[in-house]
Amino acid sequence: MSEAKVADKKAISKQNLEVDQQQETVGDRFCKNPKMTMRNVNVFYGEKQAIHDVSIDIAKNEVIAMIGPSGCGKSTFLRAINRMNDTVEGCRVEGDIKLDGDNVYQKNLDVVELRARVGMVFQKPNPFPKSIFENIAYGPKIHGLADTRVDLDEIVEGSLRKAGLWEEVKERLHQPGTGLSGGQQQRLCIARAIAVSPEVILMDEPCSALDPIATARIEELIEELSQNFTIAIVTHSMQQAARVSNRTAYFHLGKLIEVNPTEQVFTMPKHKLTEAYITGRFG
Amino acid sequence: MNNSMDNIQKVKQSLKRRSRSETRFRWYGRAAIMLGLAAVVLLFTDIVSKGHGAFKATYIQLEIDYNIDALGINSLSDKNQLMQANWDALPKIGLRKVFSEVSGRRDKRQLYNLVSNGAGFDLKDHLLENPLLLGQTETRWVLADDDIDTYYKSWLDGEPYAARLSKKQVQWIGQLHQQAQIRLQLNTNLLTRGDSREPEQAGIRGAVVGSLLTLLLTLMLSFPIGVAAAIYLEEFAAKNRFTDFIEVNINNLAAVPSIIFGLLGLAVFINFFHVPRSVPIVGGLVLTLMTLPTVIITSRAAIKSVPPSIREAALGMGASRYQVVLHHVLPLALPGMLTGAIIGMAQALGETAPLLMIGMVAFIVDIPQAFNDPATVLPVQIFLWADSPERAFIEKTSAAIMVLLSFLLIMNVSAVWLRKRLERRW
Repeated sequence: MSEAKVADKKAISKQNLEVDQQQETVGDRFCKNPKMTMRNVNVFYGEKQAIHDVSIDIAKNEVIAMIGPSGCGKSTFLRAINRMNDTVEGCRVEGDIKLDGDNVYQKNLDVVELRARVGMVFQKPNPFPKSIFENIAYGPKIHGLADTRVDLDEIVEGSLRKAGLWEEVKERLHQPGTGLSGGQQQRLCIARAIAVSPEVILMDEPCSALDPIATARIEELIEELSQNFTIAIVTHSMQQAARVSNRTAYFHLGKLIEVNPTEQVFTMPKHKLTEAYITGRFG
Repeated sequence: MNNSMDNIQKVKQSLKRRSRSETRFRWYGRAAIMLGLAAVVLLFTDIVSKGHGAFKATYIQLEIDYNIDALGINSLSDKNQLMQANWDALPKIGLRKVFSEVSGRRDKRQLYNLVSNGAGFDLKDHLLENPLLLGQTETRWVLADDDIDTYYKSWLDGEPYAARLSKKQVQWIGQLHQQAQIRLQLNTNLLTRGDSREPEQAGIRGAVVGSLLTLLLTLMLSFPIGVAAAIYLEEFAAKNRFTDFIEVNINNLAAVPSIIFGLLGLAVFINFFHVPRSVPIVGGLVLTLMTLPTVIITSRAAIKSVPPSIREAALGMGASRYQVVLHHVLPLALPGMLTGAIIGMAQALGETAPLLMIGMVAFIVDIPQAFNDPATVLPVQIFLWADSPERAFIEKTSAAIMVLLSFLLIMNVSAVWLRKRLERRW
């Protein structure tokens, strides 16, 4: 190992120490017209603290990317937003997470309602083992959004069109969704999520299981969707964050290090850790 | 360079050893499977070779004269007369016609013993179905006694077994054979009648129906209860010490000797709740207790095999826990649950010990019609017949085992078929 690299490592571990002491996040965390506000959020898995005191706003109709090395807590944070962490044994969330001013963890807010308003797309495409039509129709059906069969047909077609999948599947709506290709399956999952017209869509590394062409399709789709939806996307790919997002949040060891407009994060990061990460010195 | 050549040499040398040990391992596996197959083949050949005879029975051709005087009746509509009529006279007269030279009480009794002591009643049933035969004469094949049946079959096979027959009887049978008045015929009694002390009249219908009633109740109780318990434990219950305790106990229950369940059933269902003895209700309840752990364990495994990503997808769509289970988990886990239930049922079908404790070992002639009729079940019937001294019950026992095995085979094949059919690939 060259001396320069050793010195580099030392510098980074020193920075890690600094992060431990420094609580303040660098950059513009808050915005004027927030869709969601997170204040002093701590997440614990049993005794272990996965998220340390994170405060951030998500503006209406923005795409915010969350990046950071593996295990930095970005997925955990995302899953705290629509309470998917509720299903994890021993997981505890502290702090305020508000959607349009309503605390999502308050007792009288039903998690079912929350998830209808905050949809989610997962890392691995996970269509239900049912027909393409049934996949899309499931959400509207359980929430009672369609009164008639015609309404339902409209919702299904509209969602598939918005997800850019309609032309590819309109001839085989009643064939199983699991028979589609990986990229199509992921777009099916996005169509499924938008079928209930959520306000916010959370995407947890939606392209990590896809090839570059399918990834490009999803990225285009995210851009189109951002006109109607607020999107928070967790990604491992910095290029992807740079391509699709308005703002980028950098997480490191469960702390939010820096939040800034995407361009700024990738051209002149303010924090040394952010710089180290985006220049590829660790990750 | 030299070094790497050396390494290649070493790898080449080790290759032989490695492939040898792999070959050896394969042969171990083959030997194990062969051993298992050989045991199955041995079992089946033994049972089939002993039992196939029971599907045929010996019949003797007699001329039956439905004589009003001999029967002592003048009308078939009078029930009292029918009950008192001398039905046994019909085959006796027929036998005397064939062997007119036989005289003396002892010889005559031996002669009459050629036919089953139920032959008269069979003829009565036949007459009631065809009332026009009254006063007429007809040539008819009449069921032979079990000792005759045993002798005739063994004689046909070339190893006559005449220990229970007199010399005269053997001679008579020879004469009947020469006149082509004795033959083997399909044994309909075996599948259409209930149990009997007389081997030639004994059938397994009662035991089969008893088994079906008992199993039906077991399935109706154990499947819903087991599935509900499994779903609750897997999907809803908090994972803590208490649920761990429950899990350990369910696994324990699966390993409890079945006779203990019989004792429990005796103490709780019969002595405390006063459920009648020997009936499919109490049998079904006891077998439910015994099958429940199997159903719960297999159902939990089926639920566990549903990928968590499906649950996440549904939860992420805003489905409630209940909807996730009902719409997604249950349909996907159902094939596995059904397979488990069928395997549990197959286990219950073959279960004997607990049923002995609750009185299903009784000698029951009538075929049960309802859940509260006294009944026995197939394995218990096998146990009863295996215990009987009459030689003819040996082949009956094997035949009953064949029927039981074929039911088990059907159930296990359908379990495999169901799994293959409904299985989903992810």
